[in-house]
Amino acid sequence: MTISPADSDNYQQCPLEGIITLRSLNLYYTGFHALKEVNGAFQQQAITALIGPSGCGKSTLLRVLNRMNDLIEGVQITGEVIIDGENIYAPGTDLIQLRKKVGMVFQRPNPFPLSIYDNVVYGPRLHGRPPRRELENLMEHSLAAVQLWDEVKDRLKASALALTEEQQQRLCIARLLAVEPEILLMDEPCSALDPLATLRLEELMRELKKLYTIIIVTHNMQQAARVSDDTGFMYLGELVEFGETGQIFTRPKDVRTEDYITGKYG
Amino acid sequence: MDRGKFVERVLFLLALSSISSLVIITIFIFEEGLPLIFHTGLKDFIFSSHWAPTKGHFGIAAMIISSILVTLGAMVLGVPLGLACAIVLAEFCSERLRGLLKPTLELLAGIPSVVYGFLGVIWLVPLIRNYLGGPGLSLLAAAVILGIMILPTVISISIDALTAVPDVYRDGSIALGATQWQTVHRVVLPAASSGIITAVILGMGRAVGETMAVIMVAGNALKIPTSILDPVRTLTSNIALELGYAAGRHREALFATGIVLFVIIMILNLSATLLARRK
Ligand SMILES: Nc1ncnc2c1ncn2[C@@H]1O[C@H](COP(=O)(O)OP(=O)(O)OP(=O)(O)O)[C@@H](O)[C@H]1O
Ligand SMILES: [Mg+2]
Repeated sequence: MTISPADSDNYQQCPLEGIITLRSLNLYYTGFHALKEVNGAFQQQAITALIGPSGCGKSTLLRVLNRMNDLIEGVQITGEVIIDGENIYAPGTDLIQLRKKVGMVFQRPNPFPLSIYDNVVYGPRLHGRPPRRELENLMEHSLAAVQLWDEVKDRLKASALALTEEQQQRLCIARLLAVEPEILLMDEPCSALDPLATLRLEELMRELKKLYTIIIVTHNMQQAARVSDDTGFMYLGELVEFGETGQIFTRPKDVRTEDYITGKYG
Repeated sequence: MDRGKFVERVLFLLALSSISSLVIITIFIFEEGLPLIFHTGLKDFIFSSHWAPTKGHFGIAAMIISSILVTLGAMVLGVPLGLACAIVLAEFCSERLRGLLKPTLELLAGIPSVVYGFLGVIWLVPLIRNYLGGPGLSLLAAAVILGIMILPTVISISIDALTAVPDVYRDGSIALGATQWQTVHRVVLPAASSGIITAVILGMGRAVGETMAVIMVAGNALKIPTSILDPVRTLTSNIALELGYAAGRHREALFATGIVLFVIIMILNLSATLLARRK
């Protein structure tokens, strides 16, 4: 794969503005520099994939976006993360509103050990006391949006833990949709699923993209190539290259990106 | 026979002897106590409150009721306090502080019960007598002392139950915009509920069985209490107080009381084990 110099001169590597804009973001875990001068912009109603070898900081970057890193002792962050025009690390940021707006799907499905119904209405109940009618509508919509409604509508009171892993992951997404977020962060959401379930979940992501902005971390490059619009390649805490997915996979500019996507390192 | 095998045999025999002592104690209590239950009839023994062993009346209802009330009182005081302590230690304080506080609380379990009783007599009993009335030696005093004595059991088992709840549940809840308290209340506590119930049941077992501290502060009067300020005599107190001079049927009646206690404790422990296994 060769890179034509003319191309790389013209190409705007990082768009300057997006629904999420990162400016000189640095993150330290008690001394360990885990994210280094990350700049980037993620587009609205698009799927952005973050790829890179294990330990390069993908999950860390994802957790920066809804401030889940605040739960870890000894984390220090500098720089700006601007979502919808506001720096979410500015003092006085309302974390609850932020996390409602920027939801997260985890690597292993983590439905609460409650009923299917209670899982889906968990978020709405946190943020108010919606009447039962409204809750039930919301629940049906959320479950339908992840194509789970028909499978579970007869056993809403059953434990969520009795579902298959795929159903559980869908339920976790439904649980998120019920709080009406704008941005969905997904950290290797398919890693516990078999290949067919993975394909179905990717289909779902493409569907959800129409309404939501999605950022997905994945180890699976085919997956990044299949579902994402933009891709960021991370290496040792740096966002080495960021651009349109087709370009990253066919004409990477950085030799490290090229080495990674051609499989030179894991 | 090599050395390893020999040590193994010895350990096995030692283990066997501790189990057999349980069996022997069980057989002994039942052998000594059952004849009286057959003699008076189970119904009269348990449901009559007329206890006059020298005159041939063996009804332990008053003591059963007292034991139940003292235990319930201890639970009402000790469980919320213990659970609150466990939640704070497990969920809201730093690793370092927990490492310091948890062993300290477990030290409470190492204080001899006679010391609790002593403190009860010199502090609590006068306090109750002066501010609430009555003789001071009372159901309330016993409940308060027992409530404190069950704290280490309730706290340390509840902490274990809470820390066993996987962090992915907490993360999932926080990521939906829950506060830390909402997370504890709506996800962590329900997930830890069987462990917490186990903690409560084992605490209850401790309260039912405790004797020394109760004798010292409860007043030991032989009647069904009508107020929390009344003195009461529990099942265990009665055995300890009377065994020294009891003979014949009277002695059997005390062993029969032991059977009742034994059955209560067995039921409590069994349900704790079953609950723990359900998880
Ligand atoms: N809580 C933490 N404390 C200290 N260091 C951490 C912590 N979490 C992650 N790290 C370190 O930060 C770096 C980035 O971790 P991160 O989990 O973001 O990587 P990742 O790209 O998601 O890896 P993977 O593909 O294996 O999930 C790693 O070197 C990791 O060891
Ligand atoms: Mg990761």
